[in-house]
Amino acid sequence: MSRPILSTDAPPREPATRTHRASPELLLAEQHHMCPGCGEPLAARMILEAIEEMPEIEGAIGVVGIGCYTGFAMSMDVDTIQALHGRAPSLATGAKRMRSDALVFTLQGDGDMVNEGLQEILHTAARGENVTCVLLNNGVFGETGGHMTATTVIGQRTKNSLDGRDAAYHGHPILIGDLIACLDGASYVARSSVHDAKGVIRTKQMLKEAFASQLAGAGFSFVEVLTMCPTGWFIPTAEGPGYLDEVMGSVHVTGELKRDGKRVSPSGSSAGGR
Amino acid sequence: MTARLIEGSEAIAAAGVAAGCRFFAGYPMTPFTEVLEHFATMLPASGGTCINAESELEAVGMAWGAAATGARAATGSCGQGLALMQESFSELTRAEVPLVIFNMARGQGDYFQTTRGGGHGDYRILSLAPIDLGEAVELTQLAFDLADRWRNPVIVVGDYLLAHTHESLDVRPLDFAPLPAKDWVADGELRGAKGSRLVSSLGMDKQGGGESDPERFWKRLDRKAREIAATEQRWESSFTDDAELVVVAYGTAARFARSAIHELRADGIRVGMVRPITLWPFPSQAVREAAERAGHVAVFELNAGQMVDDVRLAVLERARVVSIGGISTDASHFGVGDLLDADRIRKRIERTLRGEEIEP
Repeated sequence: MSRPILSTDAPPREPATRTHRASPELLLAEQHHMCPGCGEPLAARMILEAIEEMPEIEGAIGVVGIGCYTGFAMSMDVDTIQALHGRAPSLATGAKRMRSDALVFTLQGDGDMVNEGLQEILHTAARGENVTCVLLNNGVFGETGGHMTATTVIGQRTKNSLDGRDAAYHGHPILIGDLIACLDGASYVARSSVHDAKGVIRTKQMLKEAFASQLAGAGFSFVEVLTMCPTGWFIPTAEGPGYLDEVMGSVHVTGELKRDGKRVSPSGSSAGGR
Repeated sequence: MTARLIEGSEAIAAAGVAAGCRFFAGYPMTPFTEVLEHFATMLPASGGTCINAESELEAVGMAWGAAATGARAATGSCGQGLALMQESFSELTRAEVPLVIFNMARGQGDYFQTTRGGGHGDYRILSLAPIDLGEAVELTQLAFDLADRWRNPVIVVGDYLLAHTHESLDVRPLDFAPLPAKDWVADGELRGAKGSRLVSSLGMDKQGGGESDPERFWKRLDRKAREIAATEQRWESSFTDDAELVVVAYGTAARFARSAIHELRADGIRVGMVRPITLWPFPSQAVREAAERAGHVAVFELNAGQMVDDVRLAVLERARVVSIGGISTDASHFGVGDLLDADRIRKRIERTLRGEEIEP
C-alpha cells in the first residue's frame, strides 16, 4: 500500500502543490461552464486524450455546434471552427476537403445534430465524407433548460413533455447511430456512454477507432456518446448515471454498430456495452 | 491567351479559378446552375474541389468550412437559394470568414436581399454588380481580394443575361496589392503551447480563458463596416457635368440604360448617369454630387422600387428623385422582361424630362 494521496489526519503544514498534470496537454483551461454532474466534459476530455494518444495524428480541426458544449471551443488546444446550429458536418466537409491531412471532427449535441441538422449529418455520412462526427446525446436541449429533442426516450420528462414523452402525441425518438449505420458511406459507427468509468474508457477506445478509420481514409465515422444532463432530466443529479444506464441506455443501446463498413451483429455489439 | 467567345457563367467560374478559388459548393437553380457546372469542371483540374451540395444550407456550410481553413472558397445560387443561406451570411460576417457568393438573380428583385440581407443581427456584406462579362471577370477577382482584405463575405450580383450571354473575352488573372498573412485560419496544424486558433462568430478566442466580450467585439465589427463604407464605394459616372437629369441604374439594367443615354446625348439631350458598381457600400457621395448639379434624378431598376431608397437617402431633399423602372419579367420567370429595351428606356427618360410621371 503506497502512501495516501491526501492525508486528512491533521491540517497540512505546507500548502498543497501539484506533482503532476492530470489533465490532457491539449486542455487549455481547466475551468469550464458545465454543470456539476454533466457528462459532456468527460466526453470532451476523451476526445483530447484520444488525439494525444495517437501520434499518427499530425493535425486536427474541430468543428463545434451550438449547445452547452460550444464553450469547449475555447478550451481545446486544437484549431476549431464554430458552426451554426446543426451545420457542423457541412463545415467539416469543406475543411476536410481543403485539409485532407488533418483529423477533422465535429462536436454536436442531439438537438444540434438530430433535430436541426439531421439532413446534414445523414448526407455527410451517405457521401462517405472522411470526417468523424461526435454526438453528445443527453436526450434534451440542455442549454435552454431541458426541452425535448429528437432523441428523448418515451416516458422521459422534459420542459415541454412534463408528463413524459408520449409516442402518440410527441412521436418517437430517432436512434441516430442505427440510422447512420444503414448508410453505405459510414465506415465506423459506435455508441458509448460516460455514466461509469468503464463507459468513459470505452468512449475513448471508440473515438480512437473512429479516428483511425478516418486516418485510413475509410470514409465517414461516427461516435455517439450518451451523457448525463443534471439540469434537464428532472431527477437528482446523483441519479443521473443510473437513469442513463437503465432508461436512456435501454433505448439507445451502447456498443459498436459498424466496423470496417460492415454491420456488427447485435450479439457482437454487447461487448463493452449492455 | 487570346479572346474567345465565352458564356458568362463560364467566364465567372474561370475568373474565380484565376483568382485562386479552390473550393465551390452549390445547389442547382436556374439561372445560377451553369456557374456550378463550370466550377465542377474547372476546379478538379486546378487542384480544387466542387461539391454538388444537398441543399443551399449545406452548400454555404461547406464553403464556410473550406474558407475557415484558409482556402479561397465560394458558393452561390439565385436569390431564392440565397434566401436559405442568410443565417450563414450573417454568421460568416461575424466570424470574419472571407467567402465569395454569386447571385445569378432572376431579375433585380434581390437588391434589398443583397444590400440589407435577411440574416440576424448587425452585419454588412460587400456587393459588386458588373454591367457586362468583361467587368464580371474583373469584379469576380476583386471579390476574392476584398473578401480576404476585409475578412468579410462579398456578393457578386449578376442575372440571367450576365450568366448566359456570350461575349468575346480573355480571362486573365489580375494583380492586386499584397494581402495580410492569413494567420487566423484553422488549418489544423498542432502548434502546441496554446497556439491553436478559433474561428468563431461569437467573439470568443482561445486565449480569452473562456470569456468573451460581445459588446467590444460587435463594436469592432461596426467600425470595420464603417471603414468599408467609407473606402470601398465604386461607381461609374458619365455625362454628369452638364446633365439636366441623372439616371441611376446598375447591372444589366444599366447596360440598356447606358445605350439609351448615349443615343440621347448624340441628339444633344443632356442626360447623365451614375452607375453603382458596389451596391453596398452604396456610392452615396457620387450620387449626391451628380444629383445636386442636375437637380433631377431618375432611378431605373427592374423591381418595384428598392435601390431608389438608397438614392433618396443619398440625395435627401437636394434633388427630385423619381422611379422610371418597374417590375419587368417574362414567362420564364427569369426576369428578362420588355423593359430591357433601350428604346423604351429612352422614351421613359424623355417623358421624365417633360415632367411626366412614369407609372410603375
